[in-house]
Amino acid sequence: MNFWQFLQQNGPELVAHVRDHFLLVLISIVIAIAIGIPAGILLTRKKSLRGPVLGLANIMQTIPSLALFGFLIPLPFIGGIGTRTAVVALVLYSLLPIIRNTVTGILGVDVNVREAAVAMGMTDGQILRQVELPLAMSVIVTGVRVAMVIAIGVTTIAAAVGAGGLGVYIFRGLRQNDNNLLLAGAGGAALMALGADFILGFFERRFAVTRQKNVQRSGLLLAAASLVIVVIAGFFYLSGRTSSEQSARVVVGSKDFTESVILAEIIAQMLEKGGIPVERTFELGGNLPHDALLARKIDIYPEYTGTAYTAILRYPVNTDPAKVLEQVKKDYVGKFNLVVSEPLGFENTFAILVRGAEARRLKLKTVSDAIPHTVKWRAGFGQDFMTRDDGYPGFSKAYSLQFAERPREMDLSLTYIALQSGQVDLIAGNSTEGRIAAMDLVQLEDDRRYFPPYEAVYIARRDTIDKVGQLREALTKLAGAITTDEMRQMNYEVDANKRTPPEVVREWLARKGGN
Amino acid sequence: MDEPVHNALVEFRDVGFRHSAASAAVISHLTFNVQRGETLVLLGKSGCGKTTTLKLINRLLVPTSGQVLVNGSSTSDWDPIRLRRQTGYVIQEGGLFPHFSVGRNVALVPELERWPASRTQSRVSELLAMIGLPGDFAARYPAELSGGQRQRVGVARALAADPPLLLLDEPFGALDPLTRVGLQREFSVLARSLNKTVVLVTHDVREALLLGTRIGLMDQGQLVLLETPAAFLASTDAHALAYIETLKLPAAVSDQEDLSA
Repeated sequence: MNFWQFLQQNGPELVAHVRDHFLLVLISIVIAIAIGIPAGILLTRKKSLRGPVLGLANIMQTIPSLALFGFLIPLPFIGGIGTRTAVVALVLYSLLPIIRNTVTGILGVDVNVREAAVAMGMTDGQILRQVELPLAMSVIVTGVRVAMVIAIGVTTIAAAVGAGGLGVYIFRGLRQNDNNLLLAGAGGAALMALGADFILGFFERRFAVTRQKNVQRSGLLLAAASLVIVVIAGFFYLSGRTSSEQSARVVVGSKDFTESVILAEIIAQMLEKGGIPVERTFELGGNLPHDALLARKIDIYPEYTGTAYTAILRYPVNTDPAKVLEQVKKDYVGKFNLVVSEPLGFENTFAILVRGAEARRLKLKTVSDAIPHTVKWRAGFGQDFMTRDDGYPGFSKAYSLQFAERPREMDLSLTYIALQSGQVDLIAGNSTEGRIAAMDLVQLEDDRRYFPPYEAVYIARRDTIDKVGQLREALTKLAGAITTDEMRQMNYEVDANKRTPPEVVREWLARKGGN
Repeated sequence: MDEPVHNALVEFRDVGFRHSAASAAVISHLTFNVQRGETLVLLGKSGCGKTTTLKLINRLLVPTSGQVLVNGSSTSDWDPIRLRRQTGYVIQEGGLFPHFSVGRNVALVPELERWPASRTQSRVSELLAMIGLPGDFAARYPAELSGGQRQRVGVARALAADPPLLLLDEPFGALDPLTRVGLQREFSVLARSLNKTVVLVTHDVREALLLGTRIGLMDQGQLVLLETPAAFLASTDAHALAYIETLKLPAAVSDQEDLSA
């Protein structure tokens, strides 16, 4: 599919992402201006505050955006997931350039002009409104312009906390190795940044002191433009509200990879078929879905027992599937008041993969078979596998593995391509990855039973289950209903054949319903 | 004020000023009067404290010792805003607001004083005529004027609300010699015809002699001489002689020309 076809197929969705992206930026910038300009003015009056406040704003900007979102999630009122968290983070990022340029602009007003203003008997307020602010306006607009461009960039990360925007395409594109998605997401954000830069640059030049004749007209123009933007924003806000304010809906969440999206889509479509309105809050990063569930932002999401056991409950690795499931069920009800469904029928565990040709030549069946060869091999692993307890450190110890060099740490979905093209010789993929067969890769059996069981389950809020009968029904139907092959097939349809999850899920449900 | 025969509009009483307790005094033990209607010129090198002295009058600075009285009241008792609106102030290059038209610059104090628009309007026209600028200059911006024109506008702005007292800090310093002499003559006529009390700061002894009814010579924060121009020229004070010396150089040049002729 070329980019043009992609645009034709995904036009409305792309427009929605652009709109969400722009609104996030706009709301954040308006708030940052409302805080930043008065703060900047205060700093020009109180010299002792200047160092600490500018220092703090500086530190804010050095925090990596993903880390800042991470800090904000557990906080009450301003934290959580979704739009509000994203706006808080964006405001924090936008403050520095606005405050700094307000201070610089006002302090940069010619001392003679300022002295004349004082000597003419102007009050501090009159000097500020009639002299300092008009003369500093061009510099202040530059600050807003810088803040806006930064915010448009940072907003792409906001997709990780479920705030939407063009970042959704960027994350999805990275995951699925889909250049059309990447181009639409990154290119769209870049175009938006260029557009904002151009428009604000226009106002900045109009406010420049050398062209002061235009100031009054520019002020009017800026006011009119702001009004139009506020009206549009208000319209979007209201239109957004009406759709999300329907009652008795179930909010379905998912993690940020294809399989999780597909599993979430399955439960979503089953609920919709039962007449329950569903809101989809998909593609949440890291352990966000768990936090979102606890914060009542979502009602249900697909999880793996092994992840719940080690990453959330923080138990040491355990390889007995029944014990893990039992413990997870017990702890989730007791600690979180959350219900863990029956397993869906397949496991998604780490799969140690090598090229098929290699496996046949060396007659490799198990990981133990591969031990003598690994000293000549290079390995590539996703960031996740490199760091978690049940990942590389324990794995290499369990099999006493030695590689030719330190394993490359890279994006999980890129490791498949690296393996296929001979850049590396062994990777740890997912057992349900659709591309395993398509790429002629072979999974080596975990003969020392090192990897813990990752059985797929749904985790739901207990009150939602009690309230919505259709949800209970659906979960009962799905127990043991999805085989590993079916899951691989669905993943393959989405990742390799670039079909949408709703479409793939509809087909699978139709087949299941026919049985 | 009630003090009966008080002919001094500005009075310095043993005034000292330092920027902070730790720093050296900028001026010290300054005592003199400015009479109503006179033009007092403060003459001195850069850093001698003459600009500081000027700023003490409209309370841009407050004395750290002694008192400055304007119209009989200490400046620290004056509401600074009231005091400044009754005191015209002109600085080098005019200190005009670059984002205001000439008309708005001149109208500044009348507008702050909430004069009716029609009165402000006619005052601006009157002042532009007085400083010899065509009426259509009101719509121009400072960047579109020459240095001399900006300086004239600066004077017009200071005169707008008809204040009894005018303070000028090196008003003609940045101008070319021909423009400067022209403006100095015009200003001297203007100040006398309007009967203003003027305090003018300069380092140019010719300007002091041309404009001053009295000349106050300052050195290292102190007033070393306060005389009429005639008495100043006849003075044997070392500081005054140094200034008078600078006037003689052109005479020597003309002597040489006589010899060669």
